[in-house]
Formats: sequence, C-alpha cells, structure tokens
Amino acid sequence: MPETILELQDLKTHFPIYKGVLLKREIGKVKAVDGVNLKVEQGEVLGLVGESGCGKSTLARTVMQLVHTTAGNVELEGRNLTHSSPAEMLEIRRDLQMIFQDPYASLNPRSTVFATLAEPLLVHKVCTQKEVHARVGELMETVGLAPRFMQKYPHEFSGGQRQRIAIARALALRPKVVLADEPVSALDVSIQAQILNLLAELVKKMGLSLIFIAHDLSVVKHISDRVAVMYLGKIVELGTAEQVIENPIHPYTKALVSAIPTANPDDERNRKRIMLPGDPPSPINPPAGCAFHPRCPYATDECKATVPALETFAEREVSCLRKADI
Amino acid sequence: MSLLSVQDLRTYFHTRNGIYRAVDGVSFDLDAGETLGIVGESGSGKSVTCYSLMGLIPSPPGRIESGKALFDGVDLLNCTPKEARSIRGKRISMIFQDPMTSLNPYMRISDQLIEPLMIHEDITKADALKRALEMLDAVGINDASSRIHYYPHEFSGGMRQRVMIAMALITKPELLIADEPTTALDVTVQAQILELIQKMQQEIGMGVIFITHDLGVVSGLCDRVQVMYGGRIVETADTRSLFYHPKHPYTRALQKSIPSMQPKGTELYTIEGLPPDVSKPQAGCSFAPRCEFANEGCTSDRKPELQDINETHRQSCLRVQSGEL
Ligand SMILES: Nc1ncnc2c1ncn2[C@@H]1O[C@H](COP(=O)(O)OP(=O)(O)OP(=O)(O)O)[C@@H](O)[C@H]1O
Ligand SMILES: Nc1ncnc2c1ncn2[C@@H]1O[C@H](COP(=O)(O)OP(=O)(O)OP(=O)(O)O)[C@@H](O)[C@H]1O
Ligand code: SF4
Ligand SMILES: [Mg+2]
Ligand SMILES: [Mg+2]
Repeated sequence: MPETILELQDLKTHFPIYKGVLLKREIGKVKAVDGVNLKVEQGEVLGLVGESGCGKSTLARTVMQLVHTTAGNVELEGRNLTHSSPAEMLEIRRDLQMIFQDPYASLNPRSTVFATLAEPLLVHKVCTQKEVHARVGELMETVGLAPRFMQKYPHEFSGGQRQRIAIARALALRPKVVLADEPVSALDVSIQAQILNLLAELVKKMGLSLIFIAHDLSVVKHISDRVAVMYLGKIVELGTAEQVIENPIHPYTKALVSAIPTANPDDERNRKRIMLPGDPPSPINPPAGCAFHPRCPYATDECKATVPALETFAEREVSCLRKADI
Repeated sequence: MSLLSVQDLRTYFHTRNGIYRAVDGVSFDLDAGETLGIVGESGSGKSVTCYSLMGLIPSPPGRIESGKALFDGVDLLNCTPKEARSIRGKRISMIFQDPMTSLNPYMRISDQLIEPLMIHEDITKADALKRALEMLDAVGINDASSRIHYYPHEFSGGMRQRVMIAMALITKPELLIADEPTTALDVTVQAQILELIQKMQQEIGMGVIFITHDLGVVSGLCDRVQVMYGGRIVETADTRSLFYHPKHPYTRALQKSIPSMQPKGTELYTIEGLPPDVSKPQAGCSFAPRCEFANEGCTSDRKPELQDINETHRQSCLRVQSGEL
C-alpha cells in the first residue's frame, strides 16, 4: 500500500465580505472551499479541475497556509500544518512547494533569474556558494531555459519563460509535494510537453506527489492518476483519470468533458457541446440542495431540496442524487 | 481594403547582453470580421508584435526599427499622439496575457471598467456603470452588481481574466487583440467567452487577432492561422489547411506535441533543443538546429522567406520550397 503523504480533512476556507467603509460589518461569506476531504499518496498525481472561481487556487493556498483556514485540517506526513508555527512552516516549505497561477505576480521584479533560483538553494544549504552557479544553470536547463538568460529580470521574459522560472524555483529544493496551479497553461505545446515529461519523471523517479490544477482536460488526463472535479467549493466527482474524463457521471463533469476543444477544425465546427444554462452560481449565496441544480439538465424537485453526499458509485466517488438514473 | 495591414515590422530590444530581435520582419493583413490566430513558440514574439501595434513597447530598451501598421489609413507606428489616442483603447483594444499586471491592484474593478468609456465617450458615470454591469454579466460574472466594487485580488484568476475581456469589449472596438485571453478559464466558461467574441464579430464586424497555445481553440475559432518561430512567421494558412496539411517542420512538430494525440502515460513528443538565440544573427533557417529534416542547405546564407504554396497557404521552409519535403 502506498503511503498517504498529504491529507485534507473537512477543509473549509471562507472569506468574509464586508460592507461600509468606517463601520465595517460583515454581510456574508464567500465559501471558497467548503468541506473538502482528500488524500494524496506518495508518488501520486492528482488532477484538480473545475469551474473558474470554484476554489481550486484557494484550496492550494490553504494547504500552503497562505490563507487562514476556517475549519478542518491539513496533514503532511502526519504533521498538522494548520497548527504549525511560522518557523515550522519554513521547514515544511522545503517539502511542500507551490507553483502559482500568475507567474509574474509571484516573481520578484527586482531579482534576476539567478538570484531567484539561488536563494532557496543557499537558504536551505542545498549547495555551497561555489556550486550555486552550476546548480542554477542545471535547473534552468531542466525547464528548457537557456542558462545564458541567468542575469535577466522577469520583465525581460515572455509569459511562458516566466512560468518556467517559477517552475524551476518550486523544484529547486526537490520537494516531496508540489501544488501546481495551472503550471503549463501559458506554455506552447512543445514546452508544455517538456514540462509534463519532467514532472512525470520526478514523480516516477523521486516519488514526488503532485496536485495538478488545470483547465486543459487532455493535459490533466495525460498526467494524472486520479482526477477530482470541484464545483462551488466542494468535490463533486473523484476517480481515476480514465473513469472521470472518459466516462463522467456527474452532470457537471459531463458538461465539462463535452466542451474540451480538439485540434481538428472539422470536428470542432460540427460538435455538440452541452451548454450550461444560466450563470455560474454565487459562492456567497449558493443554491439550496445540490449546488448545481439551477444549471443541471437532469435536475428534479428533490435536487432543489436535498444536498447530495459524495458517495462511492461505479468505482469512483460522486455527489449526485440522480447518479443511478443518468 | 483590409482593416489592418502590418508590413515588415521589426521590434528589437537593445539590452546589455546584445540586440534582441524579438520581432524580425513580420507582415500580415486582417480583414474586418476576420479572426486570425497566432500560435508558436513561447518567446517567439507574439506578444511583442501586438504590443508594437498598441504602442506599448518599453523604450529603452525596445525600439521599433522598421515597419508600417496601417489601420483605416493611419500608420499606427508613425502617427501623432493625438491620432493614436483616438484609436487605441477605443477602436482597437487589447486583452493582455497577465491579467494581474494589467489591472490596477489599488483601483476597484468598477472604476477600471468604466475608465475607457469615460475617456472616449460622452457618457455619464451612471450610464457607464450600467454598461459595465451588462458587460460583466455577458462575460459570466455572477453577482456582478455587488462584485463590481471589488478589488482585483478578491477575484479568482479566471474572473480577473474575464474582467480584462469585459474591459476590452466595452467600447465595441473594430479590432480586438486578444493575447491568451482564455488560458485561465475552464472549458465551459471559455466556450461562453468565445461565443461572445463571435457574436460581437457578427454584430459589429470586429476583426480579431487571437494569440493562444491551445490549438483546439484555434481550430474552432479562427479563419486563418499564422505560426511564429524566432521572431518571424514561418507558416500562414487557412485553418483547415494548417491543421490537415501543415508544411513547415516546426508546425508539424508542434502538432505532434499535442497531448491528446498521444497515449496516456507515455513520454510526450517534444522538440529537442533550446529556442533560438535571437541576439545572434544566424545564417539560414532559425529552426535548423532543432529540425529533424535540416541539411546543409538550411544553414547556408539564404534567409528563408514566406512563399506561396497556393492562394491561402504560405510557408518558409527551404526544403519544402525546393520540393524535397
Ligand atoms: N522588455 C524586454 N526586454 C528585453 N527582452 C524582451 C522584453 N520584452 C520581451 N523580450 C523578449 O522578446 C521575446 C519575445 O517575447 P514575447 O513576449 O513576444 O513572446 P511570446 O511569443 O508572446 O511568448 P509567450 O507565448 O511565452 O507569451 C522574448 O524572448 C523576450 O525575452
Ligand atoms: N482574498 C479573497 N477575498 C475574497 N474572496 C476571495 C479571495 N480570494 C478568492 N476569493 C473568492 O473565492 C472564490 C474562489 O477563488 P479561487 O481563486 O480559489 O478560484 P479558482 O478555482 O482558482 O478559479 P480560477 O480557475 O478562475 O483560477 C472566488 O469566488 C473568489 O472571488
Ligand atoms: S444532484 Fe440533481 S441537480 Fe445535482 S447534478 Fe445530480 S441531477 Fe443534477
Ligand atoms: Mg485559480
Ligand atoms: Mg506572450
């Protein structure tokens, strides 16, 4: 049995919404992450997909302890991160790294690539001053950046090049778990393939565990062992990549899969997407019952009233009241 | 007459490490109502091409060395600041690749959205806000009426990107330049945005330049596609020809790298080697060091130029041109 390395227990992250300028008063909450249970095994790639704004980045940032956890626990190899001190967290960061969705915002504009990549190596004493130049060069090559760019600043790079700097920084300390928030969506398909191969190799050879957030489902299917689909702060379907993407059961997953664009102009112009009626729901006032019911083509009266639980069904977990009928 | 005609655009960066030829002789035309896709290597000059048209090249180190970009008879690269102001942001708008860097973190979304309207149109603030709300609705932001007063950091990545899209479309531009506008969006929201762009295209005949890495999106949306490598266009064709009969070895390699075409769990096809160093002039074809078909002729002094294969398809591989491939 592979070991569980990361476990999320009933994790919740709510953002208060205030009204008024001088006398701030709380008028509600954005329930960005609302009760997520998840186990990631050592050497496993878990794909995380879902509607824009459903809480994927917040989930990752909560695991990293970058936002305040409202309730629940995050455990990394049995250590409870939600109760760690800043000093402990610094130590934990060596094992737990995140690649951020917005590479420009996460890179220091006044640091050269060399400074950015050398810093973690020196702070954590991974190598000596003498070796650091060579190590940074190696790191850059692994992500497909020419070492001759070492003295350049972030603004001198294209979007995709910056993303690779961010990836190199996350991998510098050879962490055990990486939370990758849309790591390849800014890259052209060839460099994307190169990064995916690199991540797959680290998983295979070093037993890296990866939570891989992305919108491109063909990429997610390629790299992931299991896939979790989120909708409005909750997981609605969880299973192997093949089950979830080739044979989805939850109506939201079905819609998502039907909208995957294919690189084939004739198919693309003739295909039928499942169009979801209405707007994405509000995380401030989520619909009663199944949160997906206002947009679900299969919804019944029961769906408006009863909250479906995430239950084992057809070799996966899914939260839909009508899972057996559709 | 075409809506936009770009001729021999060259944009170089003069850095302490040498002259960086980010865009090195790019020409293309775009008709009203047409959608042109630009794909290609990361760092090949796609964004810099568009920044040049928008007058956004930081100078120094950047400089537009040569070229014309005619929009409705006005050369965007050599016009008076007054002419430029009346066109950019109103008749031409751009959606930027990094939503967080182009949104002002200290300004409420509402104020940023109505800014172009307040500058370019004779409109009251209340009416501008109404248009802003409609636009946020159209890009699928729920609770728009309360969220319009948020600051950018309170939005998710995809929501910020949709704010950028709303900002670009709010003035009903004749030309929309969209630099990876949907990379942070899930596929259902992406489909909704693409439909919105197509709808506006039909309504007002908007021309669209669409930069993306997602070849699936290109195949569904674009009339024509051009492929960039090392600051130049290496192939341009109508969408069907480009996908079904790609000629240039770089285009073929790009297509081979798409993950959905390859079995799961296998190592994905990649193009060996590193991108070209455009600070060093290189003889012959800039793709040659990485090209599986390259031979001696490819690195000789002959600089590859785009040549017609037929009326809608042009490419620059020397070996294809000589009939060897
Ligand atoms: N301010 C700058 N100073 C120096 N070089 C720059 C500057 N801005 C861009 N460049 C260089 O110009 C080249 C073209 O960049 P550009 O942003 O156009 O690439 P791109 O094709 O849009 O790539 P991506 O797909 O990764 O966004 C890059 O190699 C980049 O390093
Ligand atoms: N600091 C914050 N304050 C208030 N609300 C926030 C904050 N950060 C995120 N949110 C809200 O939480 C929800 C989830 O955001 P999150 O960034 O996690 O989404 P996401 O799934 O990563 O979306 P995307 O795919 O667009 O990146 C959104 O409704 C967002 O507006
Ligand atoms: S529970 Fe009902 S509304 Fe929710 S997804 Fe299933 S069928 Fe649709
Ligand atoms: Mg996100
Ligand atoms: Mg770019």
